[in-house]
Amino acid sequence: MASGVSRVVEVLKKYEKELLTDWLAELKAGGTGNDGRVSETELHTQAKEFLGTLGEASRSAGVGDIERPEWSPVRDFLDGVSRARVTQGYSSDQTATFIFSLKRPLFKRLSKEIGSDAKVLAEETWTASELIDKLGLHTIKSFQKTREDVINRQQEEMLELSTPVVKLWDGVLALPMIGTLDSARTQIVMESLLQRIVDTGSEIAIIDITGVPTVDTLVAQHLLKTVTAIRLMGADCIISGVRPQIAQTIVHLGVDLQGVITKANLADALALALKRSGYTVTRNKA
Amino acid sequence: MAVTKSEVIPIRTEHDIVVARQAVRRLSVEAAFGLVDQTKMVTAASELARNTFIYGGGGTLQCESLLEGARRGLRLTFTDQGPGIADLSLAMKDGWTSGSGMGLGLSGAKRLVNEFEIESVHGQGTRVTITRWK
Repeated sequence: MASGVSRVVEVLKKYEKELLTDWLAELKAGGTGNDGRVSETELHTQAKEFLGTLGEASRSAGVGDIERPEWSPVRDFLDGVSRARVTQGYSSDQTATFIFSLKRPLFKRLSKEIGSDAKVLAEETWTASELIDKLGLHTIKSFQKTREDVINRQQEEMLELSTPVVKLWDGVLALPMIGTLDSARTQIVMESLLQRIVDTGSEIAIIDITGVPTVDTLVAQHLLKTVTAIRLMGADCIISGVRPQIAQTIVHLGVDLQGVITKANLADALALALKRSGYTVTRNKA
Repeated sequence: MAVTKSEVIPIRTEHDIVVARQAVRRLSVEAAFGLVDQTKMVTAASELARNTFIYGGGGTLQCESLLEGARRGLRLTFTDQGPGIADLSLAMKDGWTSGSGMGLGLSGAKRLVNEFEIESVHGQGTRVTITRWK
């Protein structure tokens, strides 16, 4: 394996400055740095730093295997660039172009350096091409990973967001439901409501469906089951947020909600809950 | 009757039901349906998309925006290559289900739209077409 003495390493060192200039020109021609998301100076710094770490890593460990520990500064640098590109809203191909734009300048210098020896040139071009491809793939991989991390975090945040059981009054709990109800999270939400009823000794639970855009038979079934479970525990349940269009749709679907107390909005439900608990609300006239 | 716009949505996962609902809502708004009609169409789509996913083992939803004279409408076609429905009249009965639902999906969807057509061949799949006019 000639990777230890590869001419690529030599070229990277000898022409660092020229490579930087050519690369930046290439990037600019490709459109990076023109839309104001990355400034020219920032791009310059990034490119310069990358060529620096690339040169160092290739000198100490060769260009055959970028998974070697000596290459870790280069990998870390690319991870950093990918992360920044994700937050700046770049697509994966735009991010990968950052690395792939280095190919042409590098090939140009290689051919100048090696000259007319076609066999050596072909070999070294192949080595360089492989190196750039590996670095590009690494960039895409870490770009993808950053994106996945963002999605996972948002999913977790959403699960947490969707289960707030609020105490409205002594003995009155409310569960404002938001979004899609026909997934596994409905189960979590309902379980936490039942648990809170036990924990607080509440007698009335209000499920508010104002934030649920569609009430189909599956959602209705979930609601009915929850109402039944709450009743079995000796508490009572009011469903609020039944808007006119939802009411009409439920009628056409043929879902029987008779026997379930429903209200158009949360305020009406709370008023009813207070009345049932024996409270009267009066205005203190000024 | 002219079809002004047509798109196909795959129904392969539970999440696709949500995607289908959102697409139907968007097209209902484009067809200038009122809020009640929008909700009816979206709910019917939700029922049928879930049937396609659960009983049909997945399939497709074709949405077509229609124009007939000055009247605008939306036609949805749910197709699957599942086991099909053995007894259609039984399946259309309120409260009857071969699964664990309420047994109101098919019959309820029919009541929510203007036109309803169902074709099913045992062992070959099911196709349900619904249309709602403004």
